[in-house]
Amino acid sequence: MNQNHTLNTSIPRFPWKVLGYAGPVVVLLLVVPFVADYVKDPYQTILLSYGLIMGIAALGFNLLLGYTGLLSFGHSAYFGMGAYAVAFSVKYLHVTSMEVFLAGGLVATVVVSALFGFVCVRYTRIFFGILTLALSQVLWSLAFKFFWVTGGTDGLRVPTPTLLGGMIKTSQDKVIFLSHAYYYYVLIIFFGCVAVMWVIVNSPFGKALQAIRDNEIRAEFVGVQVRKYRFVAFLISGAFTGLAGALWAPLNGLTTPDILYWPFSGEIVFLTVLGGFRTFAGPIIGAVVFNYLKTYAVGYTVYWQLLLGAVLVTLVLSMPLGILGTVSRLWLKLRKSR
Amino acid sequence: MSLLSTQRLTKYFGDTHAVDHVDFTVAQGELLALIGSNGAGKTTLVNLISGLLRPDSGRIVFRGTDVTSQSVYGRIRAGIARSFQLVNLFDQLTTLDNVALAIFSREGKTRNFAYLADHDPKVRQEAKEVLQQFGLENKAGMLAGGLAQGERKLLDVAVAVALRPKLLLLDEPTSGVSTREKAPIMDIITAIVRSEHITAVIIEHDMDVVFKYSDRIVVMHQGTILADGTPDEIRTNDQVITTLIGTQASV
Amino acid sequence: METLIIHLLNSLLYASVLFLIAGGLSLIYGVMGIVNLAHGNLYALGAYATAWAVGRMFGSVPDVALFVFLPAGALVAGAAGAILEPTLLRPFYRRAEEYQLLVTFGLLLILDDVMRFLWGPYPLSASALYESFGSFPIFDSIYPTYNLLVIAVGVAAAAFLWAFVYKTKFGVILRATSQDKRMASALGVNVNKVYIQAFTIGCAMAGLAGAIIVPSQGAVLGMGVDALILAFVVVVIGGLGSLEGALVGALITGFVREAGITFFPEIELAVLYLIAAVVLLVRPAGLFGRA
Repeated sequence: MNQNHTLNTSIPRFPWKVLGYAGPVVVLLLVVPFVADYVKDPYQTILLSYGLIMGIAALGFNLLLGYTGLLSFGHSAYFGMGAYAVAFSVKYLHVTSMEVFLAGGLVATVVVSALFGFVCVRYTRIFFGILTLALSQVLWSLAFKFFWVTGGTDGLRVPTPTLLGGMIKTSQDKVIFLSHAYYYYVLIIFFGCVAVMWVIVNSPFGKALQAIRDNEIRAEFVGVQVRKYRFVAFLISGAFTGLAGALWAPLNGLTTPDILYWPFSGEIVFLTVLGGFRTFAGPIIGAVVFNYLKTYAVGYTVYWQLLLGAVLVTLVLSMPLGILGTVSRLWLKLRKSR
Repeated sequence: MSLLSTQRLTKYFGDTHAVDHVDFTVAQGELLALIGSNGAGKTTLVNLISGLLRPDSGRIVFRGTDVTSQSVYGRIRAGIARSFQLVNLFDQLTTLDNVALAIFSREGKTRNFAYLADHDPKVRQEAKEVLQQFGLENKAGMLAGGLAQGERKLLDVAVAVALRPKLLLLDEPTSGVSTREKAPIMDIITAIVRSEHITAVIIEHDMDVVFKYSDRIVVMHQGTILADGTPDEIRTNDQVITTLIGTQASV
Repeated sequence: METLIIHLLNSLLYASVLFLIAGGLSLIYGVMGIVNLAHGNLYALGAYATAWAVGRMFGSVPDVALFVFLPAGALVAGAAGAILEPTLLRPFYRRAEEYQLLVTFGLLLILDDVMRFLWGPYPLSASALYESFGSFPIFDSIYPTYNLLVIAVGVAAAAFLWAFVYKTKFGVILRATSQDKRMASALGVNVNKVYIQAFTIGCAMAGLAGAIIVPSQGAVLGMGVDALILAFVVVVIGGLGSLEGALVGALITGFVREAGITFFPEIELAVLYLIAAVVLLVRPAGLFGRA
């Protein structure tokens, strides 16, 4: 199989091929609310919103795992920070604008990411993993203990916000708002996040991160300051996940310490591995699939963690590339055997 | 003035003097071979100069500046680059990207996350040219992990060369490669080093390679410099012959 | 004066438990090079198993004698370890470290629900044993006698482990394998056997920790992860892979936690983390750690 791997070194043209796959998906996502209305089940749109939000979180998480080689077990901290920032703006600042929610969520998350990242990026692998887990647990215990500030296990209510600087107000019916205006708001931000992350991972910075992932020492010897770059990756990763958390809070209507608790970090890890962490879109697919799995499976069994754990172990044993990775490998094999 | 000089450079590992008060100089433009039996301290010396290790005492002066306390990053910026004995590449990146990364880094562009790496024509062109020099342009699109061993060794050097260093440190660039391939690889490397006027220090065990290609040879033994001279001088140096051939001939 | 003694005893109590958990974690890492994220749940498993055994036998045996069932926790955890190592961990030794972490994390989730399945979501108590030991006076206060048993077990474990690792033939094999697996194998050591033995001992230690603490605290879901995080503080301070480090780290952590609970109850966990963060910044390998 002597292929010529010479690369055409002129500037690659617009990736029409990617649009080929993405196009139908985009169209599909755009028409979901109409279909849902037709079948009189607006809840489907809301469910998909949750999936897209987790997709954004997964995108952020995978910048660290798939592209920088750092496995974090504490991403619930950033998601939770985003959500609680929104909840606090409601409770203490009486804010109702979604834009302010997002800004507040981002700022709060970036501060926490910077703090945690500073400590964590000095380490790799095991230490990094446990450190991230531990720090997120500290945050969780704070949310728990300072219940007079955070609402404790009862949580804090988050009413539906106004969008676009007050131009779009909540209608009387919350469900209609969430399954239409809010869904499109989330969708646009989702597209934006996908585009931004795609540019980041394909930029020189993204290549440097991948170099760090592949060979930390050589990266250092090529002039890439490993610790600095990991720190920036950590910040970006936290920001995306925090943004997801901020989008999640009004959708869920309630912010509780559960989203800071370690099993939630575990879910983020799981859905990324499920979708395939060595690809760009894998984590998004994993997030959406997992969202449906969880919604419909939780109803069947109390032993949700057992299922998750068993599937994770099986995945790692037999299907480490995840859904997207395995599918694309099979697809390639099929094409070659023709 | 020499490009690089070390002054009484010392590194201990426990009780062993891996590098023992070594005064080592490299003149601008020369191709210097660093030889000696295993454990003589060659790799440790290179590790000290490149910044992977910190010395226990002594100084390293590069282009007139004391770089002893500088980090690896500082030394790269100053113009020191190296390859590794056990090939160190970015296996999940393409051959082109491996070299391109070095160029991006040199140009300070790796901070940039707002544009696509593939859309930088200058960098791509230069990377392609480097690959052509090393005979690797056919494999530009292949993942580095899939290259043959000889190609990997060449790529390892190519990445270091792409940094346009003033001083290139090569740690056994032909080790692990079949005897047939050694000469072609060294031919390529020395041709590039000469044409780009790069000063190079090459650690080598293969005496044929050493005597054929180097301007000057430095012999190390048990952490100190045993002899220093032209290939002819070294060839006829009795002490060197008995020490090297007495311990372990590596021809 | 008496409060000081009580604080001291509490710290030692805590340190004993932490030493067993962190020591097990360090032993496994030292010999096998893996960190078992589910280690805390083996501690929880030991706690639940012992609480269950004590509960079953309660009433048919004089309360004090119930302590005979303490080893149940260690045995169950050790047995679990012996089963898990060859089945779940061995396939991953050659794979990238992320996969090891992912597998042990999956194990964490599985064990959590296994315990929920076996013993339900409510806490299990063995307080009868705790109370049966009564209490003894320290000046004007009284202090539970059972706590002394825990401290005694901790001290005995430390002594036993030290003797075991440094004075027995198996200990030599253990240390050799941890330093150079291939060399040991070349010398005829059955590395697979050593691994399974080391893992079993490490898990048994965690299980024993759960067993001895459960009479005073009860077994509760979630205790595993809390323990893992505390064990982590211990190995950060003491150095991963070192038993002396686990001992010293456990003592320091025990004292700091006791001080934290007394003076800053709300942020006790955060205080511990502050210490760990300082240690990480100043001496990343820990006090006794290998670089």
